[in-house]
Amino acid sequence: MVSTTPFHPRLAELNTTQLWTHWAGYLSATQYDIAAKHEYFGVRNAVGFFDASPLYKYEITGRDAERYLGGLLARDIRTCRPGRAQYTIWCDDGGFVLEDGVVFRHSANDFLLTAAEPNLSFLQNQIGSLEVSIEDVSAAYAMLAVQGPRSRAVIAELAPEITDLGYFGHVQAKISGSEVTISRTGFTGDLGYEIRIPADDALAVLDAVMEAGKPHQMRPFGDHALNILRIEAGLPLIGVEFSSSRYAFNEHDRFTPDELGFGWLLKGIDDDTRPFAGRPAILNERATGASRWKTVGLSVDGHAFEQLFYEAGLIPPKDEPPADWETMLYDEHGERAGYATSYTYSPMLQTQVGIARVRPDLATVGTTVHVEQTVNHVYTTVPATVTRMPFFTPERKTSMS
Amino acid sequence: MTETNRYDAIIVGGGHNGLVNGAYLAKAGLKTLILEQRHLVGGAAITEELHPGFSFTTFSYALSLIRPEVIRELELTKYGFNPIYMPTSFSPMENGDYLLLGPDRDENIREIMRHSPRDADAMDRYEHDVGRVLQLMYPLFDRVPPNIFGKTPEDAQDVAWLLGHLGSAEPKVVHDAVRLITGSISDFLDDYFESEVLKGYLAASSTTGTKVGPMSAGSGFVSLMMAMGEHDGHLGSWSFHKGGNGGFTQVLGTAAQAFGAEIKLEAHVDHVITKDGQATGVVLQDGTEYYADIVVSALDPRQTFTKLVDQRELPGDLVEAIDRFQFNGTSAKVNFALDAAPKYPALGDRTDQYRGFVSIAPSIEYLERAYDAAKYGWYSERPYLDTCMQSFLDPDMAPPGKHVMSCFVQYAPYHLKGSDWDTERNNLGDTVQRTIEEFFPGFSDLVLHREVVTPLDIERVVGLSEGNIYAGDFLLPQMYFFRPAPEWSQYRTPIEGYYQCGSGTHPGGCVMGAPARLASQQILKDRAAKA
Repeated sequence: MVSTTPFHPRLAELNTTQLWTHWAGYLSATQYDIAAKHEYFGVRNAVGFFDASPLYKYEITGRDAERYLGGLLARDIRTCRPGRAQYTIWCDDGGFVLEDGVVFRHSANDFLLTAAEPNLSFLQNQIGSLEVSIEDVSAAYAMLAVQGPRSRAVIAELAPEITDLGYFGHVQAKISGSEVTISRTGFTGDLGYEIRIPADDALAVLDAVMEAGKPHQMRPFGDHALNILRIEAGLPLIGVEFSSSRYAFNEHDRFTPDELGFGWLLKGIDDDTRPFAGRPAILNERATGASRWKTVGLSVDGHAFEQLFYEAGLIPPKDEPPADWETMLYDEHGERAGYATSYTYSPMLQTQVGIARVRPDLATVGTTVHVEQTVNHVYTTVPATVTRMPFFTPERKTSMS
Repeated sequence: MTETNRYDAIIVGGGHNGLVNGAYLAKAGLKTLILEQRHLVGGAAITEELHPGFSFTTFSYALSLIRPEVIRELELTKYGFNPIYMPTSFSPMENGDYLLLGPDRDENIREIMRHSPRDADAMDRYEHDVGRVLQLMYPLFDRVPPNIFGKTPEDAQDVAWLLGHLGSAEPKVVHDAVRLITGSISDFLDDYFESEVLKGYLAASSTTGTKVGPMSAGSGFVSLMMAMGEHDGHLGSWSFHKGGNGGFTQVLGTAAQAFGAEIKLEAHVDHVITKDGQATGVVLQDGTEYYADIVVSALDPRQTFTKLVDQRELPGDLVEAIDRFQFNGTSAKVNFALDAAPKYPALGDRTDQYRGFVSIAPSIEYLERAYDAAKYGWYSERPYLDTCMQSFLDPDMAPPGKHVMSCFVQYAPYHLKGSDWDTERNNLGDTVQRTIEEFFPGFSDLVLHREVVTPLDIERVVGLSEGNIYAGDFLLPQMYFFRPAPEWSQYRTPIEGYYQCGSGTHPGGCVMGAPARLASQQILKDRAAKA
């Protein structure tokens, strides 16, 4: 039977649509309001909150914790000071990406890793002779994401210590008498915070946050809104952009960090003092230029898109939600160029955008590729430009005030 | 003549069309100067803090008709374009009930069924039929009108295109188009619906800014114009721009400057300088002169042809046509700063109905009676109000828990019989407040500040003749190849180098930017032909 998160009693009251999806075995609101886009704009113009409790959480402690994570994670954990967090990935020995997550460093030897999929035995199997203890604390904590330009004002009302919190910093605070961890992180590409709360205190803290959010018109947002937000932010989603190479049946279903656009996480890979899983294979991939793909942003030519439909006697269906399938891309000769893993209408950019994998020769910003589009039940294409990601990245996301 | 005062193009008026035109010309590489008489750009699309912490959209208050081409070609998203989706439309009724429509078709059907089971399946038919008409109209909307009086091969080609386009449509669509364009919205709606409140809601926009009632011929046409807009591809949908429509024109100003246009504020143009039938520059009221071979008026036709230039330089037919051009400002604005959200008794403490327009138009009869007063030179005793509280979607518009409320008011004719607007301003405010109070008991207690904007104020502040929000009525004889005058609908004027780009040209008013965009194409085409 599907579980409910510690916030559920309150969220059930708020979910006027009664639309729910299942996420990691939990009920998760698809949308609270009849218009998911209203929730989306809540985040971009004011503030919204999202129940991220179903994420898996692992406490990693012990004398060798840093060494352990250093050998596991592709991003250098040594550069993560206490009070900071890192978005990170881990790979297999073939240099293919297994999963991604966020690691929080509380002190020299005390870490917390979040992941979308269960990982306990995998993580424990990597300990070897190191002095490390790993505990699954997934159910012990609820996670509340508070996102949008007004999020700082809402959280600061309850925990003034976050006022100076930098991007990907975190701090311990007390809300409604509960010890919580507040991090300046999120999955929306906007200014935002996530609060990790002991499960038993979840409702009390949520109530306090909702009260503080009232003057700022804070509203809950569900899975639909989050998906548009995270695509605009260029943030990959496991199960959509990629799946763990551990479960790939062939080479088409596994990808290297460079192919997924994670190259930036590998800063310092040349430093021999940090051998991590997959490093030799990744170095080899770079030395031989063996990457098959590059991950890029796509921005559809809105005029061409509209004309395509007008000329077919239709009204252009612009405002489409994220596609549930991969969208094929072609080059100017009609040859396969790659595919978009995520594809949606962006209300901020006023056109369709996509996260795509393209042949390396087509990855230069400004290159035109042709996106598969069905019109009058016939496949055709619409031109799109290769762009940088994120598509939308307001200054407030990382700024200090 | 100093070189610093010389430009390739000068635009008179920094309203949204002036800014759009200037941005296009600058983007094409012209050294462009935009002159605005006030201390801020935006014309009738401005946002002002008239009460501490409360941002008022003094005049224009929502977006829909802004052309997607303008957004894309001027890269407005890069400069902060941010239209906020409005999920609801709320129509209070005189008996205390209401019609609350939203983005979900099936919920809307259930809501409509409360009022009329018969109308449940009429909405789809109505929307589809109107959608087909809009499809037919779009290509006319987004291109320069053909000069049907022209004698050049190009003119003949344009006319042939128009006839071919209309001829290719299905007969029913053409017939529906003609019924809407020439008839009343009331007759058209009667073919589909019986619910009074639904008809009131659908008819409300059919009179916006124009001196017609829903039973007048011509109201169908206004209704069609209002439906030509979109938000994210949803035809007829409206949105609030972040920071109000002033937020939008600030984005336009930033874009224009980014393309290289220079904007001078508090630069009140006195007249256009002409020499041998050619425009050569402008003179400001303070005597400063700026020179350019291209001068573009973003002002309305009356100003363009009778104030900025000497009408003796123009053909008599044109002067006469402009004299006859109807302005008939008939709309007012009353803006409120509110201490809290108003309550609608039937909905208790709910406020989700305020996330879009709140339309005081409970029936066609209500609207028509509101119009009656205007026919005889007076303002409605119970006016039609198109209100919205932008602060429900954009909390930056008002302090926490408090709200701004923008009320578009009809009818308030520019020409009052037996009084004037300086005398009646406050009475109009009271009338509006009383009307709202009637539907939202206790409303008056919430009012912290009130701003009344009469047609006279619109004229005085923005410069729109007779306070007409479209820079000229949306009446069939002054649209398309007649806007603003026969033979002069292609943005040129009889004075060489002098162009028009304001809402008084095709396709017309509202914040759409289309006239300015099409005008820029003509200007650049003429310039290329000369070079």
